[in-house]
Amino acid sequence: MISYNRRALIAGLAATLLAPPRARAASVIDGAGRDVPVPARVERVFPAGPPAAIFLYTLAPELLIGWPRANRPEEREFLLPDVGGRPEVGRITGRGNTANLEVVLALKPDLILDVGSVNPTYVSLADRVQQQTGIPYALLDGRFEGIPLSYRTLGALIGRREQGEGLARNAEDTMKTITQRVGSIPPDRRPRVYYARGPRGLETGLGGSINVETIELVAQNVAGGTRGGLANVSIEQVLLWNPDVIITIDQDFAANVLSDPAWAPVAAVRAHRVHLSPKLPFGWVDFPPTVNRLIGLWWLAKILYPDLFPEDLRALTHEFYTRFYHVTPSDAQMERVLAGRD
Amino acid sequence: MTRRFLPGFIIALGLLALGLLVAFTVGRYPVTLADLIEVLVSRLAGRPTEVPPAVENVVLLVRGPRVVAAALVGAALAVAGTAFQGLFRNPLVSPDILGASSGAALGAVLGIYFSLGVIGIEGLAFVGGLVAVAAVYVIGSMLHARDPILVLVLTGVVVGALLGAGVGLVKYLADPYNQLPAMTFWLLGSLAATTVSDLLPLTGPVALGTIVLIALRWRLNVMSLPEDEARALGLATGPFRIAIVAAATLVTAASVATSGIIGWVGLVVPHLARALVGPDFPRLIPTAALLGGGYLLFIDTLARTAAPVEIPLGILTAVIGTPFFIWLLAGMQRTWS
Repeated sequence: MISYNRRALIAGLAATLLAPPRARAASVIDGAGRDVPVPARVERVFPAGPPAAIFLYTLAPELLIGWPRANRPEEREFLLPDVGGRPEVGRITGRGNTANLEVVLALKPDLILDVGSVNPTYVSLADRVQQQTGIPYALLDGRFEGIPLSYRTLGALIGRREQGEGLARNAEDTMKTITQRVGSIPPDRRPRVYYARGPRGLETGLGGSINVETIELVAQNVAGGTRGGLANVSIEQVLLWNPDVIITIDQDFAANVLSDPAWAPVAAVRAHRVHLSPKLPFGWVDFPPTVNRLIGLWWLAKILYPDLFPEDLRALTHEFYTRFYHVTPSDAQMERVLAGRD
Repeated sequence: MTRRFLPGFIIALGLLALGLLVAFTVGRYPVTLADLIEVLVSRLAGRPTEVPPAVENVVLLVRGPRVVAAALVGAALAVAGTAFQGLFRNPLVSPDILGASSGAALGAVLGIYFSLGVIGIEGLAFVGGLVAVAAVYVIGSMLHARDPILVLVLTGVVVGALLGAGVGLVKYLADPYNQLPAMTFWLLGSLAATTVSDLLPLTGPVALGTIVLIALRWRLNVMSLPEDEARALGLATGPFRIAIVAAATLVTAASVATSGIIGWVGLVVPHLARALVGPDFPRLIPTAALLGGGYLLFIDTLARTAAPVEIPLGILTAVIGTPFFIWLLAGMQRTWS
C-alpha cells in the first residue's frame, strides 16, 4: 500500500515537475498579450478575416482552409492556382459579420488566426471563440509596426520560425529603408496628400485612421488635423486644403477628376498629380490593412520623392510578389497591376 | 383656425431668402459677400470676373449647386409630407410612409454593391423609390378593406420593413472595407457631392410633382376630410388619390436619390407651415415649400461648416427635429383631437 502510494506520489511529482516547462514551451504570446497554446500539428488554419487570410497566405499558403470571400478571377491570377481558388468560408470578425462557429468547427482547423486591431473588442471575441471551440485562436497586430513581430509569432505557432523570420526581416528592411530616407525631410516639408475614396472622391481617412496608415508614414495627410476613421468631406474643404498630391483607390474618380471643373483649382489636379493605387491581388495603400500595403509604401514613396527613391518599381514589385505572393507576374500582368484598374 | 395667409407666407419667404444668403456666403472656403456679388453680376453681365478663379469656382460649381439642391430637396420633402399628411389625415405621416425612401435606399445600396458610377447609383435609387411605392399601392388596392387609407399606410409600413431587411442583407454581403462605409454614408444623407449635373434630374421631377400637387390643392382639401364626407361632396377619391400619391412619390424619390435619406424634414415642416398659415392646402403647399427649402438650407449650411468633415444631414435633422416635434406635439393635442 505504502509503496504503491509512494510510487504514485513520485509519478505525480515527476508529472508536475515535467509539465510546466512543457506547457511553457507549447504556448506563445500573441499580439494582444494572450497566451495561445501551440497546436501539436498545424495543417489547417481558419482565417478570421481578410487580413488574416492574406497574412497567412504570405507565410504558409497551403495551410489556408479558404478565403473570407472567394477571390475574383483577376485576383486569382496573382495567387498560387490551387490556393487562390480555395472556397469562401466566411469570416469571424469584421463589422458585425459572424461566421457560424459550427461551420468553423466542421472545417476542423488546428488554429484560428486573426490579424488586425488588437483592441479589447477583438481580444474578448478571441477569448470567447477559443473557449467555445477549443481551437487555439491567435490575434496578431496588422499595423505596419506590428508586422515583423506578427510574422515571428505566427512562425512559432505553425512551426515555421525560419520562414517567419525571413519575412519579418524583409518587412523590417522595407520600412526602415523608407522611413529613414523620408526622415531626412522634416514632417512639415513633406508633400500634403489628400486620400480620395468613393466615386466622387469625397470620402477620406482622418488622422490616425488605419485607411491612411500608408500615407501618413511618408507624407502629410491633409485631413490629419481631425482624428478619426473614414469621413465625408466637401469639395470646398478639399479646395481649402489644396493638396499637392491626390491618392485614390477609385478608378471612376481617377478617370474623371482631371476634367471636372469643380476640382480644377486644386494644386494636385493642376499639376496632374492624381494617382490611382494598384489593387491586384490586394490593395496597395488601404485595405485589407496588413502586409499587402508594404509594396504600396514603395509605390507611394517613389511618387512623392522620385529623387530619394531611384529603385525600379517593377523590380521591387517583381520581388515582392515572388516573395510574398509566391507568383512571378509576367510583363503584361505587371502593366495591369501598375495601371491600378480591375 | 383662420390665420391670415400673407403674413405667414412672407415669413416663410423671408426665411428662405435669409437661408439662401447665409448658405451662399458661409462655407469652409472663404468667399466674401463682395466676391459673391461680383461673381454673380459678372456672370449675368457676361463679362469676365475679377475674382480669383478658385473663388468663382466655389460659387458657381461647388457651393452654388449645393445651395440650390438643398433648397429644392427641402421644398420637395416638405411638399410631399404636406400632401401625405392631408391625404392620410394623419399628422405623423412623412413622405417615406409608402416606402419611397426604403425603396430608394435599396436601389442605392445595390448600386454601390455592384460598383456602379454616380449616375447608376442615383438612377437605381430613383427607380427603387418609384417601384416600392407602386408595389405598395398595388398590394394595398388588392386588399379590399373597409378603410383603404389605413390599409395603404399599413402596407407601406410592412413593405418598408421588408425593403429595410433587403438593405441590411446587401450591407451584410458588401465588402466591409470599401462598399460598407459608402453605403453607411449614403443612408445618413448628404449633399456634399452635389454638382451642376445633379440639378437637372432633381429639378425636373420635383417641379413636375409640385405642379401636380398645386393643381390638386382644392382636391386635397376635400381628401383630407373623412372618406364618407368626401364622397358626400360627390368626389370620386380614387383617381385623385393615385395622382397625389404619384406626384408626392416622384418628388420624394428624386430628392432622396440626390441627397440620400434625410428624415424629419417632411414630418416637421408641414406642421410649421400649418402653424403659420392654417390647414387650407392652397395656402399650405407654397408655404411648406418655402419653409422646407429654407429649413434644409440652414441645416445643410451647418452640416458643411461646423467641422472640416461633413456632418451627415440625417443626423442633424433628427437631432434638431426630435425635440422640436415633441414640442409641437405638446401644443398640438387640442388641434388634432
